[in-house]
Amino acid sequence: MTSPAGGTHVPGRPGGHPAAGATPQAGPGTPPEVSTPEEFDLEEAIHQVEAEEHEGRPPAAGLLGNLVVAAAVVVLGVAAVVGSLAFDAGSARSPEAGTWPLMVSVVIVVLGLGLVVTARRTTDAERFGRTSWLVLVGLATMVVFVAVIPVIGFEIPAALLAFVWLRFLGSEGWRTSIVTSVALVVAFYLIFVGALSVPIPHLF
Amino acid sequence: MDLAPVLDGFGVVLQPTNLLYCLIGVVVGMLVGVLPGLGPAATIAILLPITIGIEPVTAVIMLAGIFYGAQYGGTITSVLLRLPGEASSVVTVFDGFALARQGRAGTALGIAAVGSFLGGTVSIVALSFVAPLVAGFALDFGPPEYTALALLGILLVATVSSGDRLKAVIAACLGLLLATVGRDGFTGAERFTFDNLSLADGLDFVPIAMGLFGLGEILYNLEERHRAVHAPATVANVWPSRKDLRQSSGAIGRGSVLGFFLGILPGGGATLASLAAYAMEKRRSKTPERFGRGAVEGVAAPESANNAAATSSFIPLLTLGIPANATMAVIYGALLIQGVSPGPQLVDQEPELFWGVVNSMYIGNILLLIMSIPLVGLFVKILRVRATILAPITVLITLIGVYTVNYDVFDIGLVVAFGALGYLMKKLGFDPGPLVLAFVLGSLLEDSLRRSLLLFDGDPTGFLTRPISGTLLVLFLVVVLLPLIRAALPRRRADARRDTKELV
Repeated sequence: MTSPAGGTHVPGRPGGHPAAGATPQAGPGTPPEVSTPEEFDLEEAIHQVEAEEHEGRPPAAGLLGNLVVAAAVVVLGVAAVVGSLAFDAGSARSPEAGTWPLMVSVVIVVLGLGLVVTARRTTDAERFGRTSWLVLVGLATMVVFVAVIPVIGFEIPAALLAFVWLRFLGSEGWRTSIVTSVALVVAFYLIFVGALSVPIPHLF
Repeated sequence: MDLAPVLDGFGVVLQPTNLLYCLIGVVVGMLVGVLPGLGPAATIAILLPITIGIEPVTAVIMLAGIFYGAQYGGTITSVLLRLPGEASSVVTVFDGFALARQGRAGTALGIAAVGSFLGGTVSIVALSFVAPLVAGFALDFGPPEYTALALLGILLVATVSSGDRLKAVIAACLGLLLATVGRDGFTGAERFTFDNLSLADGLDFVPIAMGLFGLGEILYNLEERHRAVHAPATVANVWPSRKDLRQSSGAIGRGSVLGFFLGILPGGGATLASLAAYAMEKRRSKTPERFGRGAVEGVAAPESANNAAATSSFIPLLTLGIPANATMAVIYGALLIQGVSPGPQLVDQEPELFWGVVNSMYIGNILLLIMSIPLVGLFVKILRVRATILAPITVLITLIGVYTVNYDVFDIGLVVAFGALGYLMKKLGFDPGPLVLAFVLGSLLEDSLRRSLLLFDGDPTGFLTRPISGTLLVLFLVVVLLPLIRAALPRRRADARRDTKELV
């Protein structure tokens, strides 16, 4: 019941109060009595709503994960530097095709190194876990769709994609899944092939 | 000010096709705002293929409608479910939901609708006067000014957005790099094409936006455990009472003005405006203790501000050709596809497009006000549509839609690849917005930089000798250096804060 104002019952957390309570009024020597227990702390409340939004999400990545991400950015930047050097790098006086990509790639490398330095404090990356397989399955259905559409047209892969998403990724019932995926393909066929005559590869 | 083009603009809006697309836009926007999951940027990206066959004015009228319509819709879930449908409605949650628990959900929604309408309208009127002035001022901008402006715009969007600033800037750099793929406009050299014919002309905007915003978001949502949504069955009495209106009139006025100004700033936009308006109202109030427990002003101020900001964020796009946020970047992309390049010449060269779009917002706002008050019940029912059924439909619309742009299977592959990238970026804390924004500005930025360097004979200090580019670059440096300086100072405050969080 108290959840919306949850961050505000200050008496419940004596240890942390001075630091958190002092943030809104930055003025030195502000008496602590100003933040009465009833005061509504905007910053706190926003954090809480955001945290609630993230409730259903996987946990944050650890230090190792953050370092891997940072390293990946650095590697990407270095690869881009090497790639840019393949073009004429030019100079400030006569910028050539390689000048700009080289500048941007160098910035990426520097910022990537910045990520390495701050890795310990990073909290916004999520851990890959069991739920990540769902995403992989979802991506796989799309890859299959792209791969087979030039050969057998869009109908079968589209129905398959919809079915997998409904039944296995969305845990809908068998009947709902089958009916919806077939209905979807029929609708797409009528709209794109029938009404708009888009030359999309199709079987029928 | 010459009034004839303004009136012609109304003529454009009142054409039946444009009215219809305006209606479609605001309805779709409202739905998007209500349904959690896809935001306005994602929806606009997914709908890009259907804008290709239609007139540029009509297309932008619809896309704009989606954008400001979403600001209305986001309120509904904030008030009824304590789930902000859009980031710009987060603060509405506090007082909106408190009012709903007191059985006054209708009041909150009604005030929000009225506030949104007034905020939007104030902002359109101001836009109509300010935009031509800004455009006139910007007509003399040369390559150095554009270089500085684009750099500052990208940086502001990256640093003001929520989340890790460093990561957002990295995302922006990645966008700049992606924009270089293809043939170099100056020398004809092929860059990063890997001898692939489909890449020779560069990457298309549509698959990138659809993949990063659309598929990326859908894939990201797959990992979320679904929460049961308990929508209230009915919402009674949506008309706000005279007393509520009187109480919130000041908040609406101040919120609208604040929102207008914050919306113009790159990276400012609706979210920042709603936060600032709420904070200001609370500070001004004689009874600040009511905030967070169902103060009507706490709903009125942020809702007026976010709509005003959504409208005024069109100013930089339409007058300077610099999008102020991710959604504007997608609309910028839509204009480029239509062969219209937004910039200071737009007001003079395409008055029909400019005034048509601006004036369509009056109509759109009226449509939204008409719809949102009596039809709240209907939109509440839509909340019951399950995300698990919407997801595959959206995926198929994306995959088949992107094909219809060039009739090329390569584009479907591209959209899937960017979908995967978008998922990874969101998962790892990189906001895809700055990437898309930097991508659309990439060639402009490189072009103006190279022209400027030729102009200055290779001397980068030349930028500082021109007043406007100099000022903008100094601002750029301030924005870059300020966080570095702040990071060098002791970090105790933030750490202490985190500790208390874990304790609670």
